[in-house]
Amino acid sequence: MPILTLTLFLPLVGALVLLFLPKEDAERIRKVTFGFSLATFLASLGILSRFEFGRPGMQLVEQAAWIPAVGIQYKVGVDGLSLVLAILTTLLTALSVLYSFRENHRVKEYNLLFLLLATGMLGVFFALDFFLFYVFWELTLVPMYFLIGIWGGPRREYAAIKFFLYTLVGSLAMLLGILLLYFHLPPGQRTFDVLEIIRQRPLAGTGLLAQLAFWGFFLSFAIKVPMWPFHTWLPDAHVEAPTAGSVILAAILLKLGTYGFVRFSLPLFPEVFQQHAPLVATLAVIGVIYGALVAMAQTDLKKLVAYSSVNHMGYVMLAVAAAAWAHGRPELQQAAATALNGATMEMLAHGIITGALFLVVGVIYDDRTHTRGVDDFGGLWAVLPKYGAVSITAMFASLGLPGLMGFVAEFLIFVGSFSIFPVFTALAALGIVITAAFFLWTIQRIFLGPTNPRWAELPDLDRREMWTLVPLVVLMIIFGVYPKPLLDVINLASLDVVAMLR
Amino acid sequence: MAQLAWLVPLFPLASYAVLAFRGRALGERAPYVAIGAMALSALLGWGAFLEQVAGAPPYVWRAVWAVGGERTLTVGYTVDPLSSITVAMITLVGGLIFVYSVGYMRGDPYYARFFAFLSLFCAGMLTMVLANSFLLMLIGWEIIGLCSYLLIGFYFRRRSANMAQMKAFLTTRVGDTLMLVGIMALFWQFGTVDYHAIFEAVREGGESASAVVRLGGWEVPLATLSALLVFGGPVGKSGQFPLHVWLPDAMEGPTPVSALIHAATMVAAGVYLVGRAYPLFFYTPHHEALAVVAWVGTLTALLAALMALAQDDIKRVLAYSTISQLGFMMAGLGVLGYAAGLFHLLTHAFFKALLFLAAGSVIHAVGTNNIKEMGGLRRFLPVTFWTFLAGFLALAGVFPFAGFWSKDEILLEAYHHAPAVYALLSATAFLTALYMSRLVAYTFFGTYRGPAHPEPDPWTPEDYARAGLHAPHHGHGTPHESPRVMTGPLVALAVGSLVVGFVGIPGTGPEGGSWIHHFLKFEGFKEAGIHAPSFSWPLALRSLGVALAGIAVAWLVYGLRAVPSERIRAWVGPVYPFLRNRMYIDALYGWVFVRGGLLLAAGLRWFDVHVVDGLVNLVGGVTVVTSRLHRLFDTYVVDGLVNLVGWVTRGLGLLLRPLQTGRAYNYILVAAAGLGLIVLVSLWRL
Repeated sequence: MPILTLTLFLPLVGALVLLFLPKEDAERIRKVTFGFSLATFLASLGILSRFEFGRPGMQLVEQAAWIPAVGIQYKVGVDGLSLVLAILTTLLTALSVLYSFRENHRVKEYNLLFLLLATGMLGVFFALDFFLFYVFWELTLVPMYFLIGIWGGPRREYAAIKFFLYTLVGSLAMLLGILLLYFHLPPGQRTFDVLEIIRQRPLAGTGLLAQLAFWGFFLSFAIKVPMWPFHTWLPDAHVEAPTAGSVILAAILLKLGTYGFVRFSLPLFPEVFQQHAPLVATLAVIGVIYGALVAMAQTDLKKLVAYSSVNHMGYVMLAVAAAAWAHGRPELQQAAATALNGATMEMLAHGIITGALFLVVGVIYDDRTHTRGVDDFGGLWAVLPKYGAVSITAMFASLGLPGLMGFVAEFLIFVGSFSIFPVFTALAALGIVITAAFFLWTIQRIFLGPTNPRWAELPDLDRREMWTLVPLVVLMIIFGVYPKPLLDVINLASLDVVAMLR
Repeated sequence: MAQLAWLVPLFPLASYAVLAFRGRALGERAPYVAIGAMALSALLGWGAFLEQVAGAPPYVWRAVWAVGGERTLTVGYTVDPLSSITVAMITLVGGLIFVYSVGYMRGDPYYARFFAFLSLFCAGMLTMVLANSFLLMLIGWEIIGLCSYLLIGFYFRRRSANMAQMKAFLTTRVGDTLMLVGIMALFWQFGTVDYHAIFEAVREGGESASAVVRLGGWEVPLATLSALLVFGGPVGKSGQFPLHVWLPDAMEGPTPVSALIHAATMVAAGVYLVGRAYPLFFYTPHHEALAVVAWVGTLTALLAALMALAQDDIKRVLAYSTISQLGFMMAGLGVLGYAAGLFHLLTHAFFKALLFLAAGSVIHAVGTNNIKEMGGLRRFLPVTFWTFLAGFLALAGVFPFAGFWSKDEILLEAYHHAPAVYALLSATAFLTALYMSRLVAYTFFGTYRGPAHPEPDPWTPEDYARAGLHAPHHGHGTPHESPRVMTGPLVALAVGSLVVGFVGIPGTGPEGGSWIHHFLKFEGFKEAGIHAPSFSWPLALRSLGVALAGIAVAWLVYGLRAVPSERIRAWVGPVYPFLRNRMYIDALYGWVFVRGGLLLAAGLRWFDVHVVDGLVNLVGGVTVVTSRLHRLFDTYVVDGLVNLVGWVTRGLGLLLRPLQTGRAYNYILVAAAGLGLIVLVSLWRL
């Protein structure tokens, strides 16, 4: 059974099924959508069950000719990196769909777009052909554009267009990079096969062209991550997006950028990336500290979480830059692998934790108070004990409390990167204190102190909300306490990448 | 027993889980879960401790926790003399604090939550103590930090408690971050975070142990740098100067929490870690890292004792005394008094827990923290008074109480290895006796003055209503003694404050030394030829004399009022407000870090919106303007050309139109003319 293809297109099939349902029957549309997203999640676990632990390289590869004349094929496969990110995608899609049961505006289109988005994101992680990859990469843009533009807040159109154009500019730059690579393959052997292009590295030693292609990819990924100073689309998109859209945006779409750096930029352009690694690390450290400080100054909870993402993705980029610096330095290989494990772990941790944080904001904003102002609350813990416990756990996870998942990621990033970039890493460690400061301050303003009488009668989490939040909290704790099973999978991929950097 | 030691932290952890999910349902029965779990931990912990006493070899267990390339990060636990005796102390003192809390917290609307947090606190502490790697240690360490945050701010309705809990977490996190960088440096140097592997490597002093780093022109041994960075953690956690500021504010928590933080957990963690990682400090060139530890400790001890003199809040005085005593422990460890420093940690746990719990009993009775509003309480609270007195004598270092033996050890080591430290610590010992006597005089002697403003209830009526309780009436007539469940632990701790010191009596161990010296020994001393100084009566008498002098002076001033304190205050001028305001250190941090940080954050936010995003919008705007220009160009130039072609065609059409008459004979005429022309031309060519 072609399990990857099945997982990849299940949501699309779901979207097609939705087309045939009457749009008045909102309840059935929701259930069908949830059914398909759950089935996709189970299918992604099926991939896990077939995955051979301990075997390097791509696995479960499925391929078919598509446009043979120009060397385009349908080729998908997974390794430790893409597998864990794919499972994260399917899990958060299912939870987002479950969360969105309260959405009553144009339910059919809403759910359809979510399923379409899922196929797009999975395709990015599975694709092993640059053309296919690019198609899926662009496919993720469209549903998110509409999700923000139709179901968003007051400034949704500005945010949606900004999101779309900003990332599109990046994608086009990447497209140029892909074409440069393609046309530097010897005629007759031209292919879009990712593994083949990585093996041949057609632009190695071409100087300026390699630089151009590197920066093309860089721009695309850096905007997506987003790295400082390309981050300003993020707070706008988050603030305006509907809750579930924010969850997917933060948890998965940002990871497309970091995934791209690890999957493509590192192996394709090791020399050029190494040359620019200090610059990338500088931007990453700026992102860490700047993101945390600007988050501290926010009064809108969604913006606060958005800027905390800038901070966390900075850690990931620091690790990636450190790995790039290790190119051709055998003594740093182990540290590079550790840093990359940390980076991947941070992608997952940030996905789970920040996903939970946006849900937490949504729970209070969408159905209860219709305000996200940090200063509009106070004493909520007494009124909403379950909600308080979940939110506070997620915030402590985000600030890197040991025993929760974020710590594992940060610890690995720090110990790995320190051996390569001691000064940058020590500076980035400052971010830990600032992150702690703004999250604690947030907890204080929302949950502690006297209760704002306006909210004295709010209902606590209902069963559906518990079902969306508790799985995430459980994962934070499980992988925070014992990350080894997850890291065994990730480590395979990191060792592969490091081997390519040799 | 040692093989089962992993269960020791798990019992309180399980208790936390039960109370977190079922606490409300358990209600009044919640403490049984917590105390039961603690009793099981104590049983196992003491079993393991007694095995070590009987001479069992240390036990180490480890498992892979994370992988990085081909390297692994392990976690696991160690049962050896140091960890087992500390576990024994924590479970005993902690358990007594739990029992006391049953009475102290009764009627609190968040009763179960309190015991849940206490359990988690102890679980973190026990994890940290038993850990055998910096990684697991850090995990336990931060759980302690989290619990201190939750417990200091337990009365979460109070703004002051909210501020104190943030201050505690953030201040300690500054230290923790330094420690994290230190751990990174260790991992860089040795490729592992396992205690035993690292300590073995520094002991052998191989290549990686003697690496040097350049810091702005200075060549610093990496070992020293890592050791000092790691020391950042204990500086924060154990309230050492300059990160001591959070500890006095931690008083905002309920009193049993203060006892737990100040005695058995939290602050003990820092000192314990320095003891645990002693090889890291010892095997630096010329023991230079230890010298730093010694001086930080000495300075802290002295400054905190001075500040304690000018405080009026009973818990705050005790808090500064904790800082001061922690300084003593650090100083002891720093002057090569490995056993001495750790011994003081153990004895201090007993008498400081006692003092806090007794202070809680006092506060419970009078409804204020201000010692100037107390007085004469020895008549109303006899058990509290006598037990407090035992703790006081132990802290002041009066023979034969526990503090005498352990403090004397530290002074003895300092006398032999660092005379300047000895002098300063002796002065501190005098101050200790002085401020503690002042406290006792104000609280228990003289006449009862009564509180001017009793502490308001920490909870709102809705809290009580939600918990199904009635808000208590705080009518304070004459103070009354606390219930048995509170005085029982006081008596037990008072006994402990006397007898725990006996393990430090010379002759209880082999070769005329003390038992504790024999039990807690650092192997490195023997290899380096460093011998512990043997007990000396003149020195012991001198330190006893210092303590008695402090008590005597206090008695003159505060008891007999031979020299009224007001006159002294006038005489010292600005010194009193300087000390009372904590030497303005807190105010300085508030300005620089809190306000400075917020200002920076606000500035960057402005920058983000107006500059970074401004540029993005500018690019967007320029694109729009360009496209407008394009539109003009399009309309008038590109489209104009197209139109031009159209116009030209049309013009030609117009020109030619007259020919298109639509009349057949015209066309035939033209055709005929054409034909004629062709014929003519053809003929011509011929």
